[in-house]
Amino acid sequence: MTMTNLAAMIIQPASAILLAPMLLGVINRVKAFFAGRRGQPLLQPYYDLWRLLHKGAVYSTTTSWVFRTAPVICLTAIILAVFIVPVGGRRSLFSFNGDIIFAAYLLGLMRFFIVIGALDTGSSFEGMGASREVHFSALAEPALFIVFAAMARQTSNISFSGIFAAVTPQMWVNNCATLLLAAAAMLIVLLTENARIPIDDPNTHLELTMIHEVMVLDNSGPDLAFILYGAALKLWLFAAIFVGVLLPINQMPQWFSIPATVAAVFAVAVFTGIIESCMARLRLLNVPNLLFTSISLAILSLVFALRN
Amino acid sequence: MSLASYFLVTFDDEHESVRQAGWIYLVATHIGTAFLLAFFIVLYKYSGSLDFDSSSMLKTAAPATASVLFLLALVGFGTKAGIMPLHVWLPEAHPAAPSHVSAVMSGVMIKMGIYGIIRTLFILPQGALWWGYLLIGIGVVSGILGVLMAIAQHDIKRLLAYHSVENIGIIVMGIGIGVLGTAMNSTTVAVAGFAGAMLHVVNHAIFKGLLFLGAGSVIHAAGTREIDKLGGIGKCMPFTAGAFLIGAIAICGLPPLNGFVSEFLIYIGSFEACVLGGIASLVPATAVISALAIIGALAAACFTKVFGIVFLGEPRSECAKNLHESPASMCITMAILAICCFVIGLGAPAAVMATKNAVIQLNGFEANAVTVQLETVAAIMSKVVISVACLFIFIAVIVFLRKMLLVGKTVGKSPTWDCGYAAPSVRMQYTGSSFAQPIVDMFKSVLHNRSKAVKITELFPQQARFESHTPDVSSEYLYRPIFRWVDLAMSKMRWVQYGVVQIYILYIAITLIILLVWKL
Repeated sequence: MTMTNLAAMIIQPASAILLAPMLLGVINRVKAFFAGRRGQPLLQPYYDLWRLLHKGAVYSTTTSWVFRTAPVICLTAIILAVFIVPVGGRRSLFSFNGDIIFAAYLLGLMRFFIVIGALDTGSSFEGMGASREVHFSALAEPALFIVFAAMARQTSNISFSGIFAAVTPQMWVNNCATLLLAAAAMLIVLLTENARIPIDDPNTHLELTMIHEVMVLDNSGPDLAFILYGAALKLWLFAAIFVGVLLPINQMPQWFSIPATVAAVFAVAVFTGIIESCMARLRLLNVPNLLFTSISLAILSLVFALRN
Repeated sequence: MSLASYFLVTFDDEHESVRQAGWIYLVATHIGTAFLLAFFIVLYKYSGSLDFDSSSMLKTAAPATASVLFLLALVGFGTKAGIMPLHVWLPEAHPAAPSHVSAVMSGVMIKMGIYGIIRTLFILPQGALWWGYLLIGIGVVSGILGVLMAIAQHDIKRLLAYHSVENIGIIVMGIGIGVLGTAMNSTTVAVAGFAGAMLHVVNHAIFKGLLFLGAGSVIHAAGTREIDKLGGIGKCMPFTAGAFLIGAIAICGLPPLNGFVSEFLIYIGSFEACVLGGIASLVPATAVISALAIIGALAAACFTKVFGIVFLGEPRSECAKNLHESPASMCITMAILAICCFVIGLGAPAAVMATKNAVIQLNGFEANAVTVQLETVAAIMSKVVISVACLFIFIAVIVFLRKMLLVGKTVGKSPTWDCGYAAPSVRMQYTGSSFAQPIVDMFKSVLHNRSKAVKITELFPQQARFESHTPDVSSEYLYRPIFRWVDLAMSKMRWVQYGVVQIYILYIAITLIILLVWKL
């Protein structure tokens, strides 16, 4: 392991940890632009986190230790996942065969704890959000894994670094169907898992219609900061996977590929902002249909991957 | 084993429902035994021995014979293991038995069925590809339907019983991937599949035992098995709650506990089959991958429901109030099993290597190749363990950070936010049924759940009622019609039974004469 490799391995998670909240700022600015407003400063999410971290906390009398543990586990699970997914580099710090499964299950651990944290408050609103979360994830999970299977088949690799490195311009020429379909399926999963329109509206003010926001109604102070920061990291993670599958630049020198991938991650945020500005939210009952579409796209991608 | 466990199931024989459950168990297990008798007869005919060890001459048996033996063993042992659709006795017998008996039945006894299937594979010649397909098909169906049925249950022990069906499904999928790998001639696939299946047998015994004991502890204290009547138990029974949470995380296959290790192995086997093979192995492998993903997500839904509704929130009825923690004898057993979940999860490389001796015997590969493959997987697991160690460090850092941040700040207490409503009552909480409703509703074409609600007609309705019930699909739509038909056919034979002893003696005499004539 050379020094440059080690530096690259450290720069990747560091960029995620430092820049992730900015993604939310970018999305907000894009939405403001479309709405004809100036919008909040790009660094607003950082100010929010800073403010929350310096506040006290209020805990509901109904809650137990589970409620206090949940934000911590959520944040640690997603940080570990960030250490696994490479961002333009050859390898990540924790890279091994099958790390795609491990990362997906870390997200599962995160979801498990945020859901039981929500149920710990005994609020029916939070129960509602938790119920929707597990419902939609039961459909998003197979879509994600079938995308992984398609990409594994296409690239003959079962680790993120292997898959990303195998996506070359040549593969785009020969197998663009697999890549495009996988990316489309992945995009729907990204929007679902990160509570974006058309699945969930992060700006909604009605508890009855929320999914992710409502699960953290009772969190406050540093706990809420952990959860919001975790959500930003999760968006970063999905954007990085999306970009890794799409962009054929991982074979290029790392001084180019890492900044290029980071830029592409921000481009995904801009794209998400555009989607949010151009679409209305789906009715909750129709969300499963969108997720079934994602599963179908993933299966199609796998069918195209079968050619090699 | 069947008879002994019949008496265990009917321990509380003063209840009608328990006797009924015992009866179903007895019938089901004997049907399984009937197939096993046929299996052993065929086995004896071809190998001249009833001994598993000396039946190795079967290795040269014709494919047709081998397939017949395989199918007989699959049905016979499968009934004992509880694969779908032969599982009907399982959700009846497990809740009826006392909790510690359920723990043994679910943890150990149904695994004898799996053991039987594995031993059979061991003596038979190398399996055909379709054996793998069949096993994977059965595993996928048992796994997905098992967890779906579990989500729809209101009775905590019935729910856990359906999860046994689900986990048997995962184990059978693993065996299926192993057989597929053997047929593909790929050590990588076969070893990961078989090792995953074997490890999951052990893991399921541990976490399901833990969950049944935890459930038993709750039932012992609260006196009800109805999930929607419980709530907030975690505050009076913190130990049981902690142990149950560990079991719940393990059964969902989440890192860093033991369930993840075995599911990860099966995933690795399936992904390798997906990458290496042609379409013949890609389709079943993808089926396993997506089934495991769905099962994982649904199991998480199910156990967030059980843990969240039973242990968290406010008590939903009188029976969940003022409970006391179970005595030390119950807590210690749970603690041991919970520690085992961590030990296997964190000692994953050693656990993987521990399956070596069993896996080497199973498939027709060279011992060296198997060892090398297991070492590769163990090396992967050690990387997982290292990352998990980092997870614990992160947790410590963040907990410390929060503590520092809150120093000198006001940490207040207040009721849960209820959108400004002035008088929240505990009955307004989400219940297990409402939590599971979207998923149950989405799969209603498979589950055939029934619900009854009183329609509200007046402007100021006085009373409302809602009940929902999810009967077992295969017992409703498969066994009931079959047994009704058998009953009908048999009742046509009534005329033989006169109730006159002399005529019965005549029957005996006639039978005797026929036998004598036939043999002489």
